[in-house]
Amino acid sequence: MFAACADPKAIEGLTWLTCYLTSGKHLDFYWSFVTVLALLAITAPTAMALGFGGAMAARSQFAPLRWIGKTYTAMVRGVPDIVYFLFFVIALDQGIEYLNHLRVCEDLSQPVFRGLEFHVCAEAKVPPATAAPFVFQAYGFSLAVITFAIVFGAFVANVIYGAMQAVPRAQLETGEAYGMSHGQVFRRILVPQMWTYALPGLTNLWMILIKATPLLFLLGVKDIVYYARELGGTKTQAYEYPHPDWRLFYFLGLLVFYLAMTKLSEIVLGRISNRLSKGQATAAGEAMRKAAI
Amino acid sequence: MKKLLLASALLAFGAGLASAEVVRLATEGAYPPFNFIDDKGEIAGFEREFGDEICKRAALECTWTTNEWDSIIPNLQSGNYDVIIAGMSITEERGKIITFSENYYPPAASAYLAASADADVKGGVVSAQVSTIQAAYVAESGATLLEFPTPDETVAAVRNGEAVAVFADKDYLRPFADESNGALMFVGDDISIGGGVGLGMRQSDTELKAKMDAAIQAMKADGSLNTLIEKYFGAEGLKF
Repeated sequence: MFAACADPKAIEGLTWLTCYLTSGKHLDFYWSFVTVLALLAITAPTAMALGFGGAMAARSQFAPLRWIGKTYTAMVRGVPDIVYFLFFVIALDQGIEYLNHLRVCEDLSQPVFRGLEFHVCAEAKVPPATAAPFVFQAYGFSLAVITFAIVFGAFVANVIYGAMQAVPRAQLETGEAYGMSHGQVFRRILVPQMWTYALPGLTNLWMILIKATPLLFLLGVKDIVYYARELGGTKTQAYEYPHPDWRLFYFLGLLVFYLAMTKLSEIVLGRISNRLSKGQATAAGEAMRKAAI
Repeated sequence: MKKLLLASALLAFGAGLASAEVVRLATEGAYPPFNFIDDKGEIAGFEREFGDEICKRAALECTWTTNEWDSIIPNLQSGNYDVIIAGMSITEERGKIITFSENYYPPAASAYLAASADADVKGGVVSAQVSTIQAAYVAESGATLLEFPTPDETVAAVRNGEAVAVFADKDYLRPFADESNGALMFVGDDISIGGGVGLGMRQSDTELKAKMDAAIQAMKADGSLNTLIEKYFGAEGLKF
């Protein structure tokens, strides 16, 4: 990066450290923090949307929809995350390629599964073999987001379902007495009130999601934990910047990052919780009302 | 007319895809000097240079990717890439599920690296990388096998006392012994296992295997493979 770094073996001290910390691999490491933050930023709203949909489906009057909602939460919550991360991604990837295979391949006479091998024609590969490495990374990242969203969506669905059930019936009845329709009661009374009940559960899930991001590596996305392990490992003279086992320092860095993330989340979520409790017929809302007088 | 244009455009696109035959090579990127991620963040090492050379000779366009060692064979079979080039020894067991090219590195010695000269490598705890021929060997040797997903961790386990010795390719361990100022040393005799290092490919890819074999034979014949081995493994590297 800098001119002084042209010959790493000849420099020492602070210059060495500066050059070391700005090597191409370290820049990739810094980018991987962005990857993790992007994953959180995309997965959280997607999981919320899935969870909200799941909760609405589970409460539906229409039986088949209710079954779908209940099956989704029961199945995903009942199977260990890691099984989903290992199985689901392969199934999703092969499923996409299989559908593409049926669509674009000319020769469909050969079976797709031959013994242990999975075959689709070259045109059906997703992404195509000619694609840039960035496309492969983006594809892997998208698979990761979908998997995370489906897994966490199921938990969100259960939290929101519980929160909707927790809104006192009297509140809804009052709305009905005012002549509101079913949908109006749902939008104006149930949903605004249920957040205060859902928030503690959602807060937990957000924290778990932050800590689950190292699973990205299982999905082939190089995340911060991968780079910390790779960069921290003993480097022999085969590398430009040889050094002994420094994994401890790298993992300490990750520790600080994750703790900072949780602290920041706690502050933000605390504020949201305060705002949501305002004017609610809950203990927290009541305490705020009394404090204001 | 529109349809005709579209059809011809599609045809041209399809032809473009077919003519540029892209072969995806996968490596582990954690096994110097065979393959590693250099400080620029790029795949480097003996296999990088060797792979680029055989692709040139076989007139193939090659792209590189990395994959964790543990899932490197399953991902080959599911078609995520076409060739494994990751210091993988040719064994009968692996030969049942994938096909190997001719070896491009001779059957190399494996060795025990320990923190003390009297380490009990036949009865103590010995570390090795998961799913390697060395791990299989340790499991049968009577020692307690301690497996790790990456090669680097197997050496770290010896340094911090989790294992009395690590068992791996001697070419991989040699720099660790040389640069440890005597803290790590080879113990016992070298052991030769495996049938050399080869490219791993799907069993159905017979055409690709033929091309790769021809390129490897050509490199063996004109001595360029030996030159490459000398460059990365030094004088101790085994030659053809």
